[in-house]
This record gives sequence, structure tokens and C-alpha cells, in this order.
Amino acid sequence: MQTADYARAKRARARNLKLWLAFLLAPPAFILIVFVFLPMASAVLYSLYDWDGLVRKEFVGLDNFADILFNPNKNSILFNAFWNNVKVFTSLMVIQNGLALVLALLLARNPRGYRFYQVVFFVPVILSTVIIGFQWKLFLNPVFGLVNKALHYAGLSDWALPWLGLPETALPAMLLVNSWHWFGFPTLVFLAAIHRIPKDFIEAARLDGASEWRIAREIIWPLMAPAVTIIVVLTFIGSFNWFEIPYIMNGLEGSPQGSTDMLGLLFYRTAFGSVSAGGSDFGAGSALAVLMFIFIFIFSVIATKYLTSREVELS
Amino acid sequence: MEKKRNAGLETWLMHIFLVGTALAVLYPIFMMVMSGFKTNAEIFGAPFALPKSFNFDNYIVIWNTTDVPRYLLNSTIVTLISVFVLLITGTMAAYAISRYRFRGSIMVSLFFLAGLMLPLRLAIIPLFVQLKAMGLVDNLLGLIFIYTAMSLPSTVFILTGFLRALPGELEDSARMDGASELRIMVQIMVPLITPAMVIAGIYNAVPIWNDFFFPLIFIQTPENKTLAQGLTSFFGEYSVNFGVLYAGLTLAALPLVVVFIVQSKRFIAGMTAGAIK
Repeated sequence: MQTADYARAKRARARNLKLWLAFLLAPPAFILIVFVFLPMASAVLYSLYDWDGLVRKEFVGLDNFADILFNPNKNSILFNAFWNNVKVFTSLMVIQNGLALVLALLLARNPRGYRFYQVVFFVPVILSTVIIGFQWKLFLNPVFGLVNKALHYAGLSDWALPWLGLPETALPAMLLVNSWHWFGFPTLVFLAAIHRIPKDFIEAARLDGASEWRIAREIIWPLMAPAVTIIVVLTFIGSFNWFEIPYIMNGLEGSPQGSTDMLGLLFYRTAFGSVSAGGSDFGAGSALAVLMFIFIFIFSVIATKYLTSREVELS
Repeated sequence: MEKKRNAGLETWLMHIFLVGTALAVLYPIFMMVMSGFKTNAEIFGAPFALPKSFNFDNYIVIWNTTDVPRYLLNSTIVTLISVFVLLITGTMAAYAISRYRFRGSIMVSLFFLAGLMLPLRLAIIPLFVQLKAMGLVDNLLGLIFIYTAMSLPSTVFILTGFLRALPGELEDSARMDGASELRIMVQIMVPLITPAMVIAGIYNAVPIWNDFFFPLIFIQTPENKTLAQGLTSFFGEYSVNFGVLYAGLTLAALPLVVVFIVQSKRFIAGMTAGAIK
């Protein structure tokens, strides 16, 4: 009798526990399925159909993909945008992350004003890209802008260019704005990584008379590899999804002359329509999204694998 | 002796570089704030001078004749509700994953983590069709659902790490005393991870507050626009009044900058939480 009661109580308890777990997991799982997994899976499905506005027409297999990649009237725009994204990634790696690395190495030496610099460098990071894009668009205005005003006062009137209006300078200007916006983030990630390196390593090298450059190159750099991996992958994802800065500063068409066109802008134009792309095309838009996702995913996996193999384990 | 002089020079170069970078950040922000107090004539004639008077004319124009106050309100509503729902549902999932051993628990945690890998903006087309069918287009509720879903994986990730680290004796002794599972969770365990909840909250609140992409696609009427998105229409309307534009940018930047300066340590810890192991 006693044991039967005990078994029943145990069963009841197990059942209650199951209910309790279901209660905990169901709401978050439901939100995630409906608003993330379902749309992501649908994107693949959508890319296989022909669309007329919001109405799905017949199944067309991989025609949308073929049209994007091989139709000579369209793929030059795609390749131009892709090439611009490549430029964005490589430039940001050098300018933004290079600056961040230098600043992190300097801050790691605990200079006076250490806290102040940390806070100041992080202020642009918390601001909306929209605010920063518009702010610099105003600064770069050819007539009213502070940049050209400063050049005039400095006697460099010849240098006062319509920065966002020339195909040669528009993208570089935007890249500098993006670096201004974000450099504080990799700086503090790198700095945190340097702080995790045991102090004795660096102190011992310093006592042995190693130069700061050698310490940075041979001790700090290899030991901060995990942070570098994360920043490279995040910069890559950010570069190939780059949308806000070019959209705010020069609009949806990637002007002038496609010099600031990006995959993100092209995706938006294809999906929701524009002057140049015509009406909205959900099939081609979804196909482009699927291609971008595959590309970003494959690169991230390869880069993570490669960069992780470079990491040194401290034991 | 030679070596020491050299080190002195190096230190000087370091300080010059750091001060220079700090100025390159602060001066443009300073100019934005100052220009917000100027008239068009001043911006054109004396761009680098201080404003003639610190009056709030440009701000009064914004407050009385534009929708910017409404945008501020909408952004506040969307961010607060999203983060609130996010922290509750995220804690629930993280608690189930980290404090119980059950069949399929690994699958469940992989399910939540997989969301980290999916860039939701690439699924914007199906999301649009789906929200349209649900009547959530041009509706703040639609944004709240998207932001909550989008931020759940990172929240579960951050909170699971903290919850796993809590000792098991606490809940065992409470269980012995006959406390219910709900009571153990809400009264004993959750209070212990509030610092982690703050970090997860900030990590997601800042991008939600700043987001421009989803409102751009899902919100159409001015009454429903959020701040980042609303600024674009504001810039269209006032494109010839530079003082008002600068004042608008300053006003838009103000809330987050003030909170950041008061809570800079937590902000930095929160926003870099995903990138620092």
C-alpha cells in the first residue's frame, strides 16, 4: 500500500514536472518558430515560385536563381554590388579594426584617462546608424557642410569636393563614417581579450628587455586570437548586410553610378520595387536572400574554422 | 639614458594619438549639438563659431510642428515592451534548459541557439506576407513580436550561462521544504541572475531602440513610426532648415546618450557580451 502510494506520487510528480517544463518552454519556442524559423524556411520556398505582387503563381524550380546569376541584363548589377561589399569588408578590416587594434594595445598599457577613453570611444557605438548617417550627410554637404567649410578656412578650397556626389569619393566617405560609428566596439572587445592574458607573461617579457612592438606581436597578438576571430566574422556579416549607411546617405539606387550599390540595397529594390528595378518581385528577392545567406554562412564557418586553428591554448 | 628618453617620446606619441582620437569622436558630436542652436544664416556664415544665443527655437519647432515627439513615444513603447517580454520568455527557456535534466534537453537548447545563426532581415519577404495575414503590418505589436523573437536566442544564450553556474543546493533545500517549482524559480533563482538579465536587456535594447530596417518595411503611417525611421521623413520635410535638422538629431541621440553616461560600465559589458567569452 505504502509503495503504491509512493509510486503514484512519483508518477504525479513526473507528470507535473513535464507540464511545468512545457509551460516554461512553449511560449518562447512559439514566438521563435512563428517569427524566425517559419519565415526563414518560407524564404527558401518562396524563391522557387513565380510571384505576382503578393500572389504566389506557379512553381519555377531554380529559375529565379538562374535569372539573378546568369541573365546578362541583371547580373552586372549583382556583381557590381557584390564587389562593393567586398571592398567594404576589406576596407573596414583595415581602417576600422586596424585602428581598434592600435587603440586596444595603447589602452592595455593603462594610460591616464583610461576610463574616459573607453566611454568616449563607445559613444558613437550606442547611437543609431540613422542619426550618424544624417549627421555626416550634413557635415559632408558640398555647400553647407562643415567638412568643406573647414577646408576653405584651411586654404584648401581645391580639396572641397562634393564628397558624396563623386563615384570615387562616395564609398570611401561612407566607409570612414562607418568606421567612426563602430571602431569603439572592436576596440573594447580586443581590450577585454588583452586583459585576459596573464600579466606575468607580459611583465616577464618586459623584464627581459623586449620592445613593446615585440611584446605586442609575439605575445599579445597570438593570445588574443579568439577575439580576432569573432571580430572578423562579425565584420564580415556586417559588411555583407551593409544597408543603413548607404541607404541614408545616398539612397536606394547606390548612386552615384552604382558606386555605393550593395547587396542589401539590391535585395531591397528587387523585393519591394524601385525606380530602376521596377515593381516588387518576391521570387527573385527571396532567391537573392537565399544566396546571400548561403554565402555568408559558408564564409563564417570557414573563417571560424581557419581562425580558430590559429588560436593558442593557454594551459 | 638613451632608452629612457625614447620611452618618454613613445608615451607622448601614445597620449597624442589617444587625445586625437577622442577629439575626432567628441568634436563632431559637439558641433552637432551647437549647430542645433543656430539659424541657417549662422550655420552658413559662421559654421565653427558658438551660437549667438542658446535659445530653444529649433527645438520648439520640432516639438510643436513635427511628429518627432510621437516617434520618441513609439520607440520607447516598442523597446520597453519588447525587452520586458523578451526577458520573461528568455528566462523561462533558459531556466528550463539549464536547471532540469530531461529527454531532448540538448535538442531544445540547440533549437534556441540555432536562432543566433539566422539573419532575420533576409527573411523579410515571408515575414511581410505573414504579418500582413496576421494584421500586424503598420502595427507596433508586429515590431514587438519581431524584436522579441529576434533577440530570444542571444538572451537564452547569455542567461543559460549564468543559470548553469548557480549551485544546486539552493533549490534542493527549498524543494525539501515543499516549495513549488514556480516558487523556487521566481523567489530563489531568478533574483540571483538579475545582473545577467540587465546585461541581456541592454545587449538587445540598444539595437531595438536604434533599429531602422524593420520599421522601414512594416510601418507606414506617421503615428506608428519609430524614432530612427521617423527621422527620415523629418529630414524630408525640413531639408532646407539645417538648424532644425541638427536639433532633431541631437534630440534623437539624447535619451540613449544620457542613459549610457550614467550606466557606461553596464552598457559596455552588455553590448560586448556577445563577443567576449
